[in-house]
Amino acid sequence: MRPAGIVIGLLLVAFCLVVSIALGKQAISLSEVYRSIFDFNGSREHLIVRTVRVPRALIAMAVGACLAMAGAIMQAVTRNALAGPELFGVNQGAAFLIVIHLYLMGGVSGSSAIAYAFVGAGAAGLTVYLLGTMGASGLTPLKLIVAGATINLLLGALTQGILVFDERSLDTMRFWLAGSLTGRSTSLFAEVAPYMLIGVAGALIMGRQINLLSLGEETAQGLGLRTGLVKALSLLAVVLLAGSSVAIAGPIGFVGLAVPHIVRYLVGQDYRWVLPYSALAGAALLLTADIAARFLIPSQEVSAGVVTAVLGAPFLIYLAQRRA
Amino acid sequence: METVRNRGASFVLVLSALGALNLLVLLLQIVLGDFPIPAAEALHALFGAGSERFDLVVNRFRFPRALVAFLAGAGLALSGTILQGITRNPLASPGVLGLNSGAALAAVGCMVLAPGVPVAMLPFAAFAGALLAALLSYALAWRRGLSPVRLVLVGVGIAASAGAVVSFLLTFTDLAQAKAAVIWMSGSVYGRSWEHFWPLLPWLAVGFPIALLLSRSLDVLQLGDSLATGLGTKLERVRALLLLVAVASAGAAVAMAGTIGFVGLMAPHLARFIVGSMSRRLLPAAVLAGGLLVNAADLLGRTVAAPLEIPCGILIALIGAPYMVYLLFKKRNQ
Repeated sequence: MRPAGIVIGLLLVAFCLVVSIALGKQAISLSEVYRSIFDFNGSREHLIVRTVRVPRALIAMAVGACLAMAGAIMQAVTRNALAGPELFGVNQGAAFLIVIHLYLMGGVSGSSAIAYAFVGAGAAGLTVYLLGTMGASGLTPLKLIVAGATINLLLGALTQGILVFDERSLDTMRFWLAGSLTGRSTSLFAEVAPYMLIGVAGALIMGRQINLLSLGEETAQGLGLRTGLVKALSLLAVVLLAGSSVAIAGPIGFVGLAVPHIVRYLVGQDYRWVLPYSALAGAALLLTADIAARFLIPSQEVSAGVVTAVLGAPFLIYLAQRRA
Repeated sequence: METVRNRGASFVLVLSALGALNLLVLLLQIVLGDFPIPAAEALHALFGAGSERFDLVVNRFRFPRALVAFLAGAGLALSGTILQGITRNPLASPGVLGLNSGAALAAVGCMVLAPGVPVAMLPFAAFAGALLAALLSYALAWRRGLSPVRLVLVGVGIAASAGAVVSFLLTFTDLAQAKAAVIWMSGSVYGRSWEHFWPLLPWLAVGFPIALLLSRSLDVLQLGDSLATGLGTKLERVRALLLLVAVASAGAAVAMAGTIGFVGLMAPHLARFIVGSMSRRLLPAAVLAGGLLVNAADLLGRTVAAPLEIPCGILIALIGAPYMVYLLFKKRNQ
C-alpha cells in the first residue's frame, strides 16, 4: 500500500511539474513543451520554456521537497508538533546571513552565499532548540514558540536594520525575502542542488534512526541508539535542506510545518515512510502554490511564499486549537 | 498602616524619579544632535522666546519627535501591561499576540495601495488592523475558555501570515515607497513632528484613564475567571473593554512609530519589578518606563553612529531579545 502511494506521489509531482511549465501569462501547449525540450528550435515559446518555466518548476519542486523533509526531521527529533524551519528561526537565520552577505559583497555570489545560509540556519536553529529545552519540562510547545518568536523578531529587526541602510540590498532582497520563485538564478540552483541531494539522501538513509529518536530519547538509548550522534546528523541534514532552500528561494514558510502533519495523517508515524512522502507532498504543494501565485491577482504575480503563508496560518491555528 | 503609607510614599517617589528621567532624556533629545543647542537656548526656544536660529530645530523637529517617541513607547507599554493582565501570561505582548503585525499590515497597505491617505488617518487604519488581529486571536483561541498557550500560538500564526503579506506588499511598489515602508516597519520616529503627535495623543489620553479606572477589575481578572465572577466582576464586559484599550493604544503607537517590538513586553516587567503587581501602580509606572525606553533608544540611535540614524526599534530589539531569553531562562521550570 505504502509503495503504491510513492508511485502515486511521483505521478502527482510530475503532473504538477508539467502544469507549472505549461501555465503562465502565456499558456504553452503540451506538444510545444515537449518539442522545446527534445526538438529545440529557438522560438520565443521554446526560449520561455527552457530559460524560465523549467528552472522555476524545478526550483519549486526541490525547495518544497527539502523544506518538508527538514520539517519532518525536526518534528521527529524534537517530538514537537510545532517544530519546523520557520518557527525554529532556521529560515530567518539563513535569510539574515544572506542579507549580510549581500551587504558585504554587493551581490549574491554563489558558493559563499550558500555557506552563509548554512551558518545562519544552523546557528538560529540550535539557539532556539537550546533555549526551548532549558528546564525540567523539556521542549514544551509554549517554550518553543516563545523562544522561536524571540529569535525570529530579533533576526527580523537586524535584517531590516541592514536594509534600511543599504538601498541597493533592499532592491535586490525585497523579492527574495517575500519568497518569490520568479527569476531565480539557475547557476545558483546548480550550485545548491548537490547540497540538497546530500541532505535528502542522508535523511532517507537515517529513517530508521530518526524513527527510534521519535520514540523518545530514553527509549532510543535503551534500544542501543547513539542519540547524540543521530541528533547531530539530523541537525546537519536540516541545515543542508533548509539552508539551501532559503539560499535559492528565500524564507518560504509553513511548507515545513504543515506537510509532515498531513503526511503522518496519511501514512502513520513510521518515519521511513514519512520522510519520502513528505518530500513528494512538499514538492507538489510548493509547485501548486507557485502556480496559484501566477493567477491570484491578474495584473501582478503574488510570491509563492505569500501563498504558503496564507494557507499555512489557518493550519497552525488548527494545530493550536487541537493540541494546546 | 505604617508600611502602607511607606509604600505609598515610595510609589510617589518612584513615579517622580521615572518622570524626572523622562524629562532628562527629553531635554537631551532636544540638546544633542548634529547641531548641538545649548540647554538654556533650548529652554528659551521651548517657551517661545528663543532665537530664530534655534526655534525651527527645537519646535519643528526635535521636541515633537521626542514627544512622539514617548507616546509610542507609552502606548505599547500600556497595551502590554493590559494584555499580560488579561491573559494572565507574563510572556504576552502586543508583538506576540499579532496586534503589531495586524496594525503593520493595515498601515503598510494604506501607504502602498493608497499613497494619498493623510497621516492622521493612519492610526485609524492601524487600529482597525490591530482590532481585527485581536478579535481573530481571541475568537480562534476561545474553546470553552481562554487558554494562554492557545492565544500565543494563534497570535504567532496571525503575525506570520500578516508578515508574509507585508513582505509581498513591499514587492508591489517602487523602491522609494518600499524603503519608506521598511524604515517604518523597523520602528523609527525619524521625521516625526506635530502632525504625528496630535493624531496620536487622543488615543492615549482616552485609553490610559479608562485603564486606570478599570485597574481594580484588572487585578481581579488575574485571580482567574471563576473567582473574578464570584467577586462580582462583569467579567466579559470588563475584559472586552480592556482589550479594546490595549488594541487602540498599540494600534495608534504602531501607526505613528512603526512596529517597535519588545517594549510592550519589557516595560511592564520593569515596572512590576519596581512598584509590584497592583495594576493601579503598575499602569502609570509601565507607561513612563515604556516612554523612557523608546525615547532613550531614539536618542542613542540618533547620536551613536551619526550621521547615520539607527531606527530605535532595532536598538530596542537588541536589548529586548536578550531580556526575553533571560525571562525564558528564569521561567524554565514552570
